[in-house]
Amino acid sequence: MTIEDLTRLQFAVTTLYHYLFVPLSISLALFTALLQTAHLRRTRRGGDDTYGRLSLLVGKLLMTTFAVGVVTGLVQEFQFGLSWSSFARFYGDVFGPTLAVEGMLAFFLEATFLGLWWFGRDRLPALVHLGTIWVVAVGTAISAFVILAANSFMQNPVAYTIDAQTGRARLGSFRELLLNEVNLAAFPHTYAGAVMAGGALVMAVGVWHLLRGQYGEDTAEFAAFRTLSRFGAWATLAGGGLVAVSGDVLGKVITQVQPMKMAAAEALYRTTTGAPFSIFSYAPLGSDRPTFSLEVPGFLSFLAKGSFTAQVLGLKDLQDAYAAQFGPGDYVPWIPVAFWSFRLMIGVGMFAVLVAAAHLWVSRRSRVLRPDHRLAQGLLWSVGLLPLLPLAANSFGWIFTETARQPWLVFGLFRTADGVSPGLTFAEVAASLAAFTLVYGALAVVWVKLAFRLVRKGLPQLPPPAPTEADAGSDTGSDAGFATTY
Amino acid sequence: MDLPVLWFGIAVLAWVLFFVLEGFDFGVGFLGPLLGRTEAERGAAVRTVGPVWDGNEVWLVAAIGVTFAAFPDWYAALLSGLYLPMIALLLLLAVRGVAIEFRGKHDTARWRDRCDAALALSSLLLAGTWGAVLGVLVSGLALSPGGEVQTGGWLGGLGRSLDPLLAPWAVLGGFAGVLLTTVHGATFLALRTTGVLRQRARRLTVATAPALLVIALALFIAAGHAVVAAAAALLALAAVAAWRRAEVVAFAATTLAVAGSVVAVFTAHLDLGAGTGAWVLLRSTLGASGDVTLGAAAASPGALHLITVAGVVVLPGVIAYQAWSYWVFRRRVTSGPVRPAARRPAPAGRPAR
Repeated sequence: MTIEDLTRLQFAVTTLYHYLFVPLSISLALFTALLQTAHLRRTRRGGDDTYGRLSLLVGKLLMTTFAVGVVTGLVQEFQFGLSWSSFARFYGDVFGPTLAVEGMLAFFLEATFLGLWWFGRDRLPALVHLGTIWVVAVGTAISAFVILAANSFMQNPVAYTIDAQTGRARLGSFRELLLNEVNLAAFPHTYAGAVMAGGALVMAVGVWHLLRGQYGEDTAEFAAFRTLSRFGAWATLAGGGLVAVSGDVLGKVITQVQPMKMAAAEALYRTTTGAPFSIFSYAPLGSDRPTFSLEVPGFLSFLAKGSFTAQVLGLKDLQDAYAAQFGPGDYVPWIPVAFWSFRLMIGVGMFAVLVAAAHLWVSRRSRVLRPDHRLAQGLLWSVGLLPLLPLAANSFGWIFTETARQPWLVFGLFRTADGVSPGLTFAEVAASLAAFTLVYGALAVVWVKLAFRLVRKGLPQLPPPAPTEADAGSDTGSDAGFATTY
Repeated sequence: MDLPVLWFGIAVLAWVLFFVLEGFDFGVGFLGPLLGRTEAERGAAVRTVGPVWDGNEVWLVAAIGVTFAAFPDWYAALLSGLYLPMIALLLLLAVRGVAIEFRGKHDTARWRDRCDAALALSSLLLAGTWGAVLGVLVSGLALSPGGEVQTGGWLGGLGRSLDPLLAPWAVLGGFAGVLLTTVHGATFLALRTTGVLRQRARRLTVATAPALLVIALALFIAAGHAVVAAAAALLALAAVAAWRRAEVVAFAATTLAVAGSVVAVFTAHLDLGAGTGAWVLLRSTLGASGDVTLGAAAASPGALHLITVAGVVVLPGVIAYQAWSYWVFRRRVTSGPVRPAARRPAPAGRPAR
């Protein structure tokens, strides 16, 4: 293993790990805000506080998740200088401002207002308190949009010039950078993927409580968890729909800007008219023809170009074209990884949508999910797995999009091999990778334990509303009450 | 005004805010378990930073982001040259943040003890390591003309980025970091708590500030930096103020002392007589050709212009809403008994938090 491989592995591990918590934070912030809005509307009309209690439960999951997302996200901010300093020098003019704007615009909003939301419940007027969680939700979306613009530059460099003197990229127009056509498709795709992840999680929480039999069917808690499970299922379904539509657009854009990536996704060696999409395929390593394949005729052409008979460029022609354009070298990404991560992304994600649809069907109208129900058994089985499905699909998506761009760091502009910090030693990367694995592993165990405990406790009671007198001076009650959490 | 100079100022400001704000977070992190003898007292100590630590930590994101955006070469040289110490800091920050957030998410004494231990140890190591890294900014890195550290690879290469921490300035910085955070954390705790916690924090300030004063004076004699002398004077003021029970003054004094020390470190190699382009941001121990200078490290005018527009619009807003957040949580935190159920009627079977 070369130092480049090890450094890439480290980036992959830390990024994928971080990206388990990001989609959950994005969607749980949105759900908390939506539920709290519904709560405010309902209680203003004299209704009960079901939505409020649900928003508190989802908000607690958000707090736990957000903490891990923040501390692992900080690592990402440093990675470019730590392991990829040559890349940071080349790309700094474009990437640096993007990171800085994200930090100034979004991170501060999220961190400060989440603190205000959590601790400010009994200190802020209800509407202001609701506003704080909406600010968090909007902050996460801004954050995603800006950081995806930075990634989109790596997929499809736009809005830059190359400095003749230094050979480095120079930022042209920030607006154009943000509105990169890849970003315009990647942002909705990623955001919808995040909504699926959170949707599947809260749906699983709801279904588990319904089937556990802890609450009687006539209790408020039972009704609340029924609402939560259906809310989560709808979110998964809606997210899945948007993922499919935006993924379709994204696929067509990528075919334009990175034809090699889509050819790798299908392991399409030869340029083909009316190219098929294989659902499953097996080829011995090194062979360019599958020995077994289950194919949908013309579907790859449709995915790539919107027509069942369009021509899709094959790997071999692209390799020749790139060798002529960029000089001799291997421009074909790692085919098995590209092929399978693309399929698993779609398959695993769609499976989550199916489970969500099944749950909506089983619990349609006022039907109650009972443990002895035929489909309920299946649902209960899937509950443990369910939250993992969209997360896995998200991960496969990133594995696909990043590995199938290789050997480029910035497509057509800067090679991955040229990006590694020149002085870096193998021992340093190995030591840090070991340390990351250890600490991140421990964090994951603790997070899962806490999330389980939180969910098992059931529906929390809402703390009392804000005291009317906004008094100064010490106050034992408000600190020791809701915020005994610290 | 020259944009690179403006952004050097903003970068230093962001670093100063990070060290001032997280300085007391770190201090509270390891002082809490030390000064809080009961579970309730320790909890109260952690609650003083609970709502704000995350927002404070984002100043690190801002500082590193601004450094990257305005001076890509400075960012690249500093981080790749201090690879392992930086990784250690990131992991310690991860442990620290999660220990604070997760402390109250499970309600057993053993869990809280463990979180307190993780919080205290990580905060202490963070204070020391950040201090050492600031010391490296004074002593410099073995940067080759390409801006990379490629020497000192003892222990099979592990030593490359650990070597700078063995420099005298770095060791001194480590100790100074721990002591300064102790005083700063103590004045913050005295300001934000009541009862015994407040009293003990005040006493700790009076006890430790003089020790730091001696170090600061020694530093002033060694380095001759005027800002260091000012920091020393402020520490003296903090000790007197704490003794006279003027907690606001004591906290303001340690705040300015931390800020002054950080400014002194970042401006250690600026030759104000030379042109601004020749200002040394990061010194090379291998000779002037490896120095990272303001002129050479600055991003393109277009990039600087962009972040100037964004920064001028956004940063005042950030400072405003963070200040508002401190205002919302201005009440002192007490470790007194939980107010009885009269105010919050808890139905039976209410899940414990």
